[in-house]
Amino acid sequence: MIFILLTLVFLIIRVLPGDPVLLHFEKNANPVAVEQMRHQLGLDKPLWEQYFDYLLAIFRGDLGQSMQDYSSVGQQIFSAFPATLELAIFSMIIAATLGIFLGVQASKAYNRPQDHAIRIFGIVTYAIPVFFLGMVLQLTLGLGLHWLPVGQRFNPTVAIPQSPWYVDLNTPYSTAVISSLFKIGNVHLSTGLYTLDSLLEGNIFKFIESLRYLCMPSLTLGLVLSGVFIRLTRSNMFETLRLDFVTAARARGLRETRVTYGYALRNAFLPVLTMVGLQFAALLGGAVLTETTFSWPGLGRYIVDRINFRDYTAIQGAVIVFGLFVSIVSLAVDLLYAYLDPRIRL
Amino acid sequence: MKKPVRKRSSFNNQLLKIGSLSKRGLAGWLIIVGAIFVIAIIVMTGISPWIRPYDPIAINVGPILAPPSNQHLFGTNDLGQDVFSRVLSGGGVMLQVSLLSVIVCLAIGVPLGLFASYAGGIPDRVVGLVMDSLYAFPGLVLAIAIAAMLGRGVINMALSIAVVYVPSYFRVIRSQVLSIKETSYIEAADAIGARNRTILSRYVLPNIVPSIVVVATVNFADAILTAAGLTFIGLGVPVTVPDWGLDLTSGQRLLTSGAWWVISYPGLMIILLALGFTLMGEGLSELLNPRLEQ
Repeated sequence: MIFILLTLVFLIIRVLPGDPVLLHFEKNANPVAVEQMRHQLGLDKPLWEQYFDYLLAIFRGDLGQSMQDYSSVGQQIFSAFPATLELAIFSMIIAATLGIFLGVQASKAYNRPQDHAIRIFGIVTYAIPVFFLGMVLQLTLGLGLHWLPVGQRFNPTVAIPQSPWYVDLNTPYSTAVISSLFKIGNVHLSTGLYTLDSLLEGNIFKFIESLRYLCMPSLTLGLVLSGVFIRLTRSNMFETLRLDFVTAARARGLRETRVTYGYALRNAFLPVLTMVGLQFAALLGGAVLTETTFSWPGLGRYIVDRINFRDYTAIQGAVIVFGLFVSIVSLAVDLLYAYLDPRIRL
Repeated sequence: MKKPVRKRSSFNNQLLKIGSLSKRGLAGWLIIVGAIFVIAIIVMTGISPWIRPYDPIAINVGPILAPPSNQHLFGTNDLGQDVFSRVLSGGGVMLQVSLLSVIVCLAIGVPLGLFASYAGGIPDRVVGLVMDSLYAFPGLVLAIAIAAMLGRGVINMALSIAVVYVPSYFRVIRSQVLSIKETSYIEAADAIGARNRTILSRYVLPNIVPSIVVVATVNFADAILTAAGLTFIGLGVPVTVPDWGLDLTSGQRLLTSGAWWVISYPGLMIILLALGFTLMGEGLSELLNPRLEQ
């Protein structure tokens, strides 16, 4: 699967009409400079040789050099990735919580006005372009009410949260130890997830501050994605609520909330979990737009910036990382599924 | 020899009568309301050259960033363009891109799904694997990568969107074909010596048309949102074409000046258009998959 994905990305960037190097220089290409860049990036070799070089490099974790300044694409992506991960996690939490809650409410009020209202809400959020919702929130919550900051990832006047395990790689001893362990060069050991780092640092102020900055982007993305969860939870819960064991639980006099969330939802949850895995791809797509709207310094924004520079090696690298990320998440969901569903054993 | 009479599928009968639609509860109404949104926007875009008060791409037809007024119903943007005229004419790009991408998807996805899954074996495996990999990929990221390589323009946008959505057609068609393949009427057709081509076009295809219609409607909505996203990233049409996506993009830097009208109206139009198709898709899938209607 991952192999096919890598091949597809290679085909798109190298084989589709449009020579990356020529595109990079646009129309006023200097033939000497073009040849030099081709040589530097290994694009003057035959296609099959490029393909094997490309696969080999990726297995070594090398995503190539940027066409802009020949710096390492892998390192740039490595530093942009935590921002996207943090946004993705929080958006998914919002989407799933909101979607499951509304879905349960809809299934309980099946075919009554409340159900219709929730369904319409789900359909409408699905039809909103995520960046438009972002702008509307920026206008209202940010610029109008001044509740939340409208962009960026952290308050520029406060130092970025760093976990206590932060190691300054400029000291010779730690450089030797860390780089021999991780081989990632000039990267510190903080997770890069500001909410987590600030907690590890024990600084509640920074934690709240990072949540404030995270709030609007993840709300935007979470709202747009919640529709899918509403729909799925609604149909699954509707079927589960009619099963005998739910009636039995009610007959025993359990409270309705306990019957719904403790009994029925547990059984209707597995398909929803599968959806979390599938929706992750959509979420990352939406993250590109959300990050651009909110100047969120993640992988999506990195792609967009690189498109403007016509930096095709960087685009290729970022697309690969997005694909790998989705594959890892779907693998994790499969494993979790096997753990949660006793009928499936690995 | 008597020509075989082709029975019109009940699907057509059901859906072509609006009267019967309104009797089908929420699902019918979803389709009607969705269709009204879509048709209204198509008509509005079609007749916009005759009804718009100003040239949508002419600059300085009014003051810069004027709020909505009688002269400029939806206000003006930072170039002094009339937002109302731009809203009237701005749907063309989205409609063209979504229509083109759906056509490309149909032209590639339907035959691919039919042949690969009917043939089974290695073709099915190979095509299925490629489609699954494409499907699992973040669609917008893939579309961005392809559009970045192909360059700007309506056709390139449509192609990059189509690549992303072909797998959804393939998957739906495959699952349908696999179950239809096992039915006794296919076996009967095979037994009387019908060629594979005939079986596919006369027996299998008519049965999967409803599913294809649902996928295509949802695809329309997705294509519109993806096209808006591509435009937002800067991979859309040139600025000389009025387009809602472009207006949203250029309106973002005006947010701090409080010019809500520059983004709100084009944004609402995109929502209405995508909503129209989503409602239709929702209604259609409920009508054609009545598992929940009890």
